[in-house]
Amino acid sequence: MSEANDITMVDLDSDRLHLLQDHLDLRTVVGNVSHPSVLIRAGAEDADMILAVTQSDETNLVACKLAATMFNTPIKIARIHSANFLAYPEIFSADNFCVDFVICPEKILTEYIEKLIEFPEALQVLDFANGKVSLVAVRAFHGGPLVGRELQELRQHVPNVDTRVAAIFRKDRPIIPEGDTVIEAEDEVFFIAPEKDIRAVMREMRRMDKPVERVMIAGGGNIGKCLAKALEKDHQVKIIEYDKRASERLAADLDHALVLHGDATDEDLLESENIAEMDMFCALTNDDENNIMSALLAKRMGARKVVALINRSAYVDLVQSGSIDIAISPAQVTIGSLLTHIRRGDVAAVHSLRRGAAEALELVVHGDARSSNVVGRKVADIKLPKGASIGAIVRGLPTTEGRDPGEDDGKKKARGASSNPDAQVLIAHHDTVIETGDHVILFMINKKLIRQVEELFQVGVGFL
Amino acid sequence: MNRLFAVTNVLGMVVMIFGLTMLPPLALSFWTDDSALFAYHQSFVITLFCGLVMTMATRWYRRELQVRDGFLLVVLVWSVLPIFATLPFMFFMPQLSFADAYFEAASGITTTGATILSSLDSLPPSINLWRCELQWLGGMGLIVLAVAILPLLGVGGRQMFKAETPGPMKDTKLTPRIAETAKALWLIYAGLTLSCVIAYRLAGMDWIDAVMHAFTTLSLGGVSSHDASFGYWDSALIECVAIFFMLVAGLNFASHFLVWRAKSFLPYRNDPEAGMFIMITAASCIGLTFYLWLMEVYPDPLTALRFASFNTVSIATSTGYSSTDYYLWPIFAPLWMLFLSSFCSSSGSTGGGIKMIRAQILFKQVFREMILIMHPQAISPVKVGGSVVPNRIVFAVLAFLSIYIASIASMTLILTLSGLDLVTALSAIVACINNLGPGFSQVGPATTFSVLTDFQIWVCSFAMLLGRLELFTLLIVFTPAFWRK
Repeated sequence: MSEANDITMVDLDSDRLHLLQDHLDLRTVVGNVSHPSVLIRAGAEDADMILAVTQSDETNLVACKLAATMFNTPIKIARIHSANFLAYPEIFSADNFCVDFVICPEKILTEYIEKLIEFPEALQVLDFANGKVSLVAVRAFHGGPLVGRELQELRQHVPNVDTRVAAIFRKDRPIIPEGDTVIEAEDEVFFIAPEKDIRAVMREMRRMDKPVERVMIAGGGNIGKCLAKALEKDHQVKIIEYDKRASERLAADLDHALVLHGDATDEDLLESENIAEMDMFCALTNDDENNIMSALLAKRMGARKVVALINRSAYVDLVQSGSIDIAISPAQVTIGSLLTHIRRGDVAAVHSLRRGAAEALELVVHGDARSSNVVGRKVADIKLPKGASIGAIVRGLPTTEGRDPGEDDGKKKARGASSNPDAQVLIAHHDTVIETGDHVILFMINKKLIRQVEELFQVGVGFL
Repeated sequence: MNRLFAVTNVLGMVVMIFGLTMLPPLALSFWTDDSALFAYHQSFVITLFCGLVMTMATRWYRRELQVRDGFLLVVLVWSVLPIFATLPFMFFMPQLSFADAYFEAASGITTTGATILSSLDSLPPSINLWRCELQWLGGMGLIVLAVAILPLLGVGGRQMFKAETPGPMKDTKLTPRIAETAKALWLIYAGLTLSCVIAYRLAGMDWIDAVMHAFTTLSLGGVSSHDASFGYWDSALIECVAIFFMLVAGLNFASHFLVWRAKSFLPYRNDPEAGMFIMITAASCIGLTFYLWLMEVYPDPLTALRFASFNTVSIATSTGYSSTDYYLWPIFAPLWMLFLSSFCSSSGSTGGGIKMIRAQILFKQVFREMILIMHPQAISPVKVGGSVVPNRIVFAVLAFLSIYIASIASMTLILTLSGLDLVTALSAIVACINNLGPGFSQVGPATTFSVLTDFQIWVCSFAMLLGRLELFTLLIVFTPAFWRK
């Protein structure tokens, strides 16, 4: 909405639509989106994009197929939740269900949490360029060698590591980092580095923890299950589920994780399952309050690090930087994958940061020195608005246009990494020259700058 | 009584089919002109006639068979057919007691392979062929054969199929129609047998021996036409062929079917029993090789490997061939082999014992109990091959094990009561209930069961049927509830 799009919502529940309409300036249509007449009523004929994100995979697939057949809608995005569909990416092709992009929120969230478990010191780890380079948020603490010192010393501290601090948030106010900026304790530092160097850079900001080995997950819904499945091979995983039948299904799906039937806010259960020995406690039920309470309880009882999934943004602000180490807002984590398709220009990835206030963007540069404002120029010469900065450049990736819709996230990463061993990560310095085809990773401390940045990177008319 | 008549009607047809199976030995007898031709003539006629009478006399009671009928039919088929199978023995060797002849026939049909006959080499080839063919027929199952041939069994055939096929989980159908499944299984069985015949022939047996031993190898029966069993040839090559085909027959035939249909070996990988079966057998072979070598039974490790692997595979798969008198080995080795025979072969194979899948379920159930003690609120289902085993089946397996152990214990006690020593009694019962063949001591691989009294022979015959029909199928017929309307 805030990005000035015209939106029509289709839902089966008229009450909910009314509620939405009261709050937001959009059109609503009651009906099943997999019926042609409903699509017509919703004005699919003029739509630039159909976004099928109902709970039902089948409905989403049919809606995309219908939009393609009846209206030739340019962009069709479906939310697919079942791994069974995802295992056969060919069914999404233009000959079949005509889904241009597949979004699986559970998978995105799972990968997000997985990263946090891999790097328990980080607040956020976001991938760019198929995992070649990451943007990491970390809170600086006393004891980190760089804390209390100027940024430019970083190069002397870790001479072999190329990294760039993109932004620093001090008491929630952004600071644009310069060479002489001093990092203070409690600062939230965003830096960009190749994945292998993340640890080395974080070590500068704070004392490092032991790697996470024991994980307890509260809530065996889709996210809890996906996470447990991803972790159970290399970690000791315990997963608590309240519903008896759900926990039985969970136990059938998981091979090594220990499934417990009970209430995650039950002290006795946490106690008897050695909560104090847990390296990580993830509260991932559907219920915000439950997640907050169980995470608080787990922290109190000695879990080393607690993560809570919180839907309501008011709660996220409330608990972040309290006892709960990391509050995850599913909407914020997953919005990026939608924004990627909505934005103008060739956007490869978008990550929303700091609850939507800031944003990191992976743009693909097109055109030549004549038609583009960026190609052939040094980073220092590009007239970026204040508050936006280029963090890194990845060179040698295949063009993203015409990629397979099915392999949107994890698979793309796997293939990208394997088929492009020679893609090059350049951490942006003042004299780095941008070429056409480069993936540029930009960091914006304020979302309002996005339009300007997009325009800057747009190819002039001459190119066409 | 209607039930009995309805079942007898089908039984009659099965008996007639069974009569036809006497034709190959009859033909062999005619061709080789041995002295047993008259026995087959008479047996063939009597069997066909009895079958005809049974069918015709009860034709008014003919109806679609129900679940309970299925159990009754299976039990009757398995206990009545050995009676007809005794006919050639009885006619040819009038001095044989009925108990002994029945034991010999039941040992054949249940693929046990124990024998009361000695100086096998001097028997006419047709008699030996009959012994081997009985095993072959019993290996894949008489009812499975009947279901494949007799369309009448129709829907009820499924139940009988389940009552006869070994293993705890029988609901996976390979084809939509049970008759097709039965045909497919027999085709694969026959195909494997044929390749085994050729392999034996190439390895050095003559044609008749190759056919006979292929019959008893694929059925994991263990009857041989020689007193010395595989020691007769003393050929490492023949033993290798035998080991290979015994291992093949020890796998689930459903997996063979899937491999054949998919033209890929992947189904073996997905078979939860196959890996464990091969691993345990291989580990035992290697372990026993070292054991025998270190105990200086054999001077060099290669000889030890040869004898250890052949006899171990043979006993573990419940076949019962021997290439040497392994009872003379240090007692750990034969005991371990006997232990393996009670669980090693897969469900849906032609082997005996409680089957690998039950062993796996039991083992995992023990593991689950321990998890539940440590984590009282844990949900920890028993999983085999990645899928959950319902509690219902876990309980069934536990009950099965209890009855299995109780049967062994009580029948061993009965045998000791009748005057046998403990080692002979226990090993005879274990060898019979696992459909293995030779036991230890007085009934060891170098001797026969002929030392037992008639009473003891009957107990052993019962144990064989009990083992082949996997306990419940046979025992259920003896419960009053089964006969209640």
